Amino acid sequence: MAANPMYQFNVYRIGPEIKINNIDISFTNASLFMVISSLAILIIFNLGTKRSIIPNKIQLLAELSYSFISKMISDTAGSKAKPYFSFIFSLFMFVLFCNMFGMIPYSFTVTSHIIVTFVLAAFIFIGVTIIGFIKHGLGYLKLFVPSGVPMVLLPLIVVIEIISYLSRPISLSVRLFANMMAGHTMMKVFGGFVVSLGIVGGWLPLGFSVALTGLEILVAFLQAYVFAILTCIYLNDALNLHH
Amino acid sequence: MLKKIIFQFLALSLIFTYSAQSAESGGMPQLNPEFWISQIFWLVLTFGLLFIILSKFILPKISNNLETRKSQILENIETADKQREETEKKVKEFDKIINDTKVEAKNFFNSERQKVLDDINNKRLSLEKDIEKEIIKAEEEIDQLKKTSQEKVTKIAIETSSDLIKQLIGEDINKSSLSAIVEDLSKKEMEKHNGI
Repeated sequence: MAANPMYQFNVYRIGPEIKINNIDISFTNASLFMVISSLAILIIFNLGTKRSIIPNKIQLLAELSYSFISKMISDTAGSKAKPYFSFIFSLFMFVLFCNMFGMIPYSFTVTSHIIVTFVLAAFIFIGVTIIGFIKHGLGYLKLFVPSGVPMVLLPLIVVIEIISYLSRPISLSVRLFANMMAGHTMMKVFGGFVVSLGIVGGWLPLGFSVALTGLEILVAFLQAYVFAILTCIYLNDALNLHH
Repeated sequence: MLKKIIFQFLALSLIFTYSAQSAESGGMPQLNPEFWISQIFWLVLTFGLLFIILSKFILPKISNNLETRKSQILENIETADKQREETEKKVKEFDKIINDTKVEAKNFFNSERQKVLDDINNKRLSLEKDIEKEIIKAEEEIDQLKKTSQEKVTKIAIETSSDLIKQLIGEDINKSSLSAIVEDLSKKEMEKHNGI
């Protein structure tokens, strides 16, 4: 491994180059970890579907996650968001597992790439906007006109609201990407300090590294949760137009 | 709708990619667009499959399980409540039965004791009566024996004295006079003996 802390984010091809119409869609290490995360989710939750009254550990895990996300959705987006449960569940689990697999040394963090998080966020943004227009028609544009604002301020407020609405996918994607990248870079930098300071001075950065690992596991969960809950909040805006 | 959404978001990402491709990255591999399309392709593929499999096959099973468990627990609680009420009733019945039997046992014990006491009393009384009768009989016998023995003793005394006199003197003496003397003597003896 190179000493460069950014080296861990390199994407490289695994296996042959696959090209369709001159577009490179080769299998890479990023693809590998996406597949691993998805398979892990499917295996764990498939093991958790046994029909028993007293659940075993994996079943308990699956059912607790189910009720956790179900409660999160009903708390933030209300009962109208029930049909979108599967999507938010998959989203949360995918981001969580990608983050968590990234915590394994020498592995690759899928969510530390802006393109991945941006595609997810853009999909959510477009989907939510479409849902909003389907549910409320052009009335969805009232989202940009908050009630109780003086007429003088209205043009300014509308512009600000539109900008904040349009910046949602960017903030959503950059938040996850930056958190994952920064954490992993920090760990790599401290790991490099351990090596360069040797057996005498390396203990302090080693301790930092250990503490950072714990922090990063927390961040990995928290960012997945934030990603999911922000999706719920956007969905809530689209489903229950308050203004 | 899903197809439409996916198509639109793919188109948008393609635009994004081509516009960013010109900006060659220096330090961050994330900004190197070489594998962006590949990443998007694999993300859509894996996440799409994950979403489809989870929503079609796995999540319905889990929610079904949760529902059945909930309903079963409610049912069980209901039956448990019913059974508890029943047991409370039964416990009350038992208490009543135990109380009744206690009272009955007390009554029975009392009556039986009374019976036994009466029986003992009766038996004692009859025994006492028997004993008294026996005592009276024995006293009568003793009295008779006393009388007959005195007569016999006087007779024997008369006969022996008459025999003695015959041997001594060789003559028969009038028996009546002899008996009078003997009686007189025995009376005196008896009086001395009895201390009268």
